[in-house]
Amino acid sequence: MEYLLKPWPWYVSGPLFTLVMLLLIYFGKTFGMSTTLRTLCSIGGAGKYSDFFRFDWKAYRWNLIVVLGAIIGGYIAVTFLSDGSTIALNAQTVSDLSELGFYNAGEGLLPTEIYAWDNVLTLKGMAILIIAGFLVGFGTRYAGGCTSGHAITGLSNLQWPSLIAVIGFFIGGLIMTHFLLPLIFSP
Amino acid sequence: MKILKFLLVGIFFGIVLVKSEAVSWYRIYEMFKFQSFHMYGIIGSAVLLGVLFIWLFKVFGVKNIEGNRISLVPKDSGFVRYIVGGTVFGLGWALAGACPGPLYVLLGTGVISMLIVIAAAVFGTFVYGVLKSKLPH
Repeated sequence: MEYLLKPWPWYVSGPLFTLVMLLLIYFGKTFGMSTTLRTLCSIGGAGKYSDFFRFDWKAYRWNLIVVLGAIIGGYIAVTFLSDGSTIALNAQTVSDLSELGFYNAGEGLLPTEIYAWDNVLTLKGMAILIIAGFLVGFGTRYAGGCTSGHAITGLSNLQWPSLIAVIGFFIGGLIMTHFLLPLIFSP
Repeated sequence: MKILKFLLVGIFFGIVLVKSEAVSWYRIYEMFKFQSFHMYGIIGSAVLLGVLFIWLFKVFGVKNIEGNRISLVPKDSGFVRYIVGGTVFGLGWALAGACPGPLYVLLGTGVISMLIVIAAAVFGTFVYGVLKSKLPH
């Protein structure tokens, strides 16, 4: 039980993500979270504006059920399966973050500097969340997948497009982390 | 039962995402700073095992629950859409600290402000759909 409550090491979690992918494949489906964003567009009536959203979204209801489960899983994990331990980040990471104005790094899953309402309800804070979400939604659909569809499933299937996409994920992530975050957050 | 199995896989996925700390903004930042092996270990071990099992499935012609041989639909060939789309997503991933799976899971952990990011992500997908025919792929 003690091991269950502590953060799980990478060599436990990594194979469990493989298990999630294999289960969905065994169920005759595929592991891809970003397609649910497209399904939500279709349900919301986006088919009126583009053919891209005119498809039988009911055939993708199973993936929305996975999403519902994931939300419940998130609740279960923090409520019943956590001992409140802080994230064991590299000391250099913590120090780099404090230079950007992020304090108490690792206490909690997310920085209050971005996600606490005090900061969300400022013009800058709101713009950060909206731009971040927009880039995730636009980019994943343009690339045809996200971490689950390309990095895990696509690479497991040795697909070139997925390798190119993952290289793209890193180009974008490195530009944001090394050049843009310091511009956005430097005090 | 049909729905239940997807719900259970989803719950399991959500728990693993939280317990692995892969939903943490800090872990994503640390990964892009190359300051920890943690995220590389997770993704690397998931992919290595995935390659092995998908290969075994193909070699032994394993069938899925519907009785069909397991085969993964390959992505369309192309370059521009993957490199450009991937880069756009990477920018958002490092800023939000979350990819689509974690966006939902974090909502479940009680981060209500994540609804704003999810709504913006749905809007981003909508804008892609509208502009699709004008973008290079």
